[in-house]
Amino acid sequence: MSDTGAARAHELGVIGCHVCGIVCDDVLDEHPLAGCPRCGSSLHRRRPDSLRRSAAYLIAAFILYIPANLFPVMYTTFLGSGFASTILGGIIDFWNSGSYGIALVIFVASILVPSVKFAIMGMLLLTSWRGSDWARPQRTRLYRLVEMVGYWSFLDVLVVAIVSSLVEFDALSETQPRVGIVFFGAVVILTMLSAMSFDARLIWDDKHE
Amino acid sequence: MNEVVNKEPGQPDVAKRRWGNLLVWIVPAVAALIGLSLVVHTWLSQGPEINVTFKTATGLEAGKTRVKYKDLTVGSVRSLKLSNDGSHVTVGIALIKTELDFTRKDARFWVVRPRISLAGISGIDTLVSGAYIAVDTGKSEDTAKNFQGLEQAPNVISGTPGRSFNLHADDLGSLDIGSPIYYRRIEVGHVASFALEPDGKAVRLQLFIDAPYDRFVTMDTRFWNASGIDVSLGAEGLKLKTQSIAAVLGGGLAFGAPEGPNAAVNAPVAPSEMLFKLARDQPTAMAPPDGPALPIQLRFDQPLRGLSIGAPVEFSGVNVGNVTTMELDYDDNRGRFPTIVGLVVYPERLGRVLKKINSKYTGDMNQRAALFLQSLVEKGMRARAKSANLITGQMYISFDAVRDTPRVAFNPSLRPLEVPTVSSGVDQIQEKVSNIVAKVEKIPLDDIGRNLNSTLSNLDKTVKQVRTTTLPQVDATLRSVHSAADQVDTKVLPEATQAMQQARETLGAAKSVVAEDAPLQQNLNQTLQELQRTARSLRTLTDLLGRQPEALIRGRAKSETSTPPFKTPESKP
Repeated sequence: MSDTGAARAHELGVIGCHVCGIVCDDVLDEHPLAGCPRCGSSLHRRRPDSLRRSAAYLIAAFILYIPANLFPVMYTTFLGSGFASTILGGIIDFWNSGSYGIALVIFVASILVPSVKFAIMGMLLLTSWRGSDWARPQRTRLYRLVEMVGYWSFLDVLVVAIVSSLVEFDALSETQPRVGIVFFGAVVILTMLSAMSFDARLIWDDKHE
Repeated sequence: MNEVVNKEPGQPDVAKRRWGNLLVWIVPAVAALIGLSLVVHTWLSQGPEINVTFKTATGLEAGKTRVKYKDLTVGSVRSLKLSNDGSHVTVGIALIKTELDFTRKDARFWVVRPRISLAGISGIDTLVSGAYIAVDTGKSEDTAKNFQGLEQAPNVISGTPGRSFNLHADDLGSLDIGSPIYYRRIEVGHVASFALEPDGKAVRLQLFIDAPYDRFVTMDTRFWNASGIDVSLGAEGLKLKTQSIAAVLGGGLAFGAPEGPNAAVNAPVAPSEMLFKLARDQPTAMAPPDGPALPIQLRFDQPLRGLSIGAPVEFSGVNVGNVTTMELDYDDNRGRFPTIVGLVVYPERLGRVLKKINSKYTGDMNQRAALFLQSLVEKGMRARAKSANLITGQMYISFDAVRDTPRVAFNPSLRPLEVPTVSSGVDQIQEKVSNIVAKVEKIPLDDIGRNLNSTLSNLDKTVKQVRTTTLPQVDATLRSVHSAADQVDTKVLPEATQAMQQARETLGAAKSVVAEDAPLQQNLNQTLQELQRTARSLRTLTDLLGRQPEALIRGRAKSETSTPPFKTPESKP
């Protein structure tokens, strides 16, 4: 049920190509593997397996998010004494040392954003799977937010990468990335894949689909 | 948009492509697998958690301080907690699972902090990196969860080849943990630890001798303090003996076995943890063992300036002990302040003498020594404080036989034994000199002078008188003597010569009478021989009469014919 009352593609018996956007006859019922007449891409009424893929990526991301937080992301050697810091540990260190701004930025980028993404994506997937018609425009807006904000989570990975390459004074001070950051990067990528795999049009589809 | 609607939609290509829809689930599966493997890995590498107590947590930080074994991280500090009574800190340590078990009951934990001493610098890396906890695995089969951390590094890490020994020292001197131990000037070990004896009267050092050298520590080995410089001025001139400069500055020990006729041949290797005694220097160490000490007390009437504690005690030139105490006493009766000197004498130093004492007297050592001393004191042995050095005035105690000394009672049951004393030779000389001075002072020189003066004036008068009256008379007398002499020359001398000649003739006649071949002499000789024979026969007669008084009447018995005057073994029938 659309809010605008405009006809929907399957009502008109046409289908749009995901890649080049051309609209052609919907022949998927006869030929399930039909391709785009212009660019040759597979034609689908909706992204194939959108919910399933998105859910798979999201679950994978969630699993990896645990070691990403538990394992140290960075190992700093300062005058011979090395210590490993996890994401949360780093935030606490910054907060304790008075750098509230940096602590806040890292917290938002590394903890808040991924957590919110998990929540939003999970909610979107659940509601879309059930075909709920609850707050559809707001959910769409949330989806756009997730898409937009997704890569900002790479801030943490970027920080570690830059610091590791810049702080390299042999004996004096040294910073090395640790396995945690790999997991964190994987989390960010997987959440982005999850968001990409999600077909926003599913928000507007009803249950019977 | 309208154009598109008006146009016919394109005909899609129909192709056969089939992909497994389930392929995407590989991603979470892989993620789950990774997560699971991490969990398993963490689970497997999780070592035991232990608690170690330290006095302070200096340099320790929860979550940062490492636990290292041979500089390899084997764990980290998880928590730092103050004990309930605040006396120590409990450090919670999470160990990494390793092949080596660090939870053995005798595992040792200590905090490595930077340490700078003359013997070297250690833990310099901790200066910037902060302290870490070092661990040494033990040998025990039992494991524990709570450990008592060492306050000092043990210095001997288990597994280091070599053996440890104990050393009993009066004080620590300049030694420290890590001080080197030399054997023939080769560094062969170090001081591992030191602690006061429980009674606080000595220091016990633990030494560690590295492997190939530990077999040189035998039952006969002596340890001595090798630190410092030994300067001695002897007959051969100035001698300077040192170990290496490091030992001079930082202190060190040396050991060796005595050499020479008394050295034990092939002394057995000392067992581990054997207790040795630390000697002050090499000669002391090499000296034969002192054995038990015998306390002796002396009482000197004269002040003993120059006698110090530790001054040698000599017996017949042999150093047998030393002075241990000096106390002032007050003798109320005489109003004097005698000095009570306490000595220890090591009878073992007497060597052979001791053996003879032991064979002569019975009882325990003190008793035998008392009896021996008693016999010596009776023979005049006394203790004296003698001056060892006239310039510095240092004194020593000497036991000497003193002639013409009054008898003194010696109580052999007194403890400590008290040996009577006499004042020293120098003191005696001083006394005599002072006596002489006192006597000289008593001479009335003034009176003598006055008398002498008057005498001289009288003499002068007399001389004058002599010159005026006596001399002319003397002159006259001499002249008359002269004339008398002239008379003698002319009259008396010829007569005297004559008399002398007559005297000589008389002497010549007498000489002929007394000469050996003179008849008088011959006759005298014969007469004497006759007399001798007569005496012999007379003796025979008296003998005979003594045995057979009846012979005088009845005549000699037949059997007595051959009886000689004396009964000799040969003439027995």
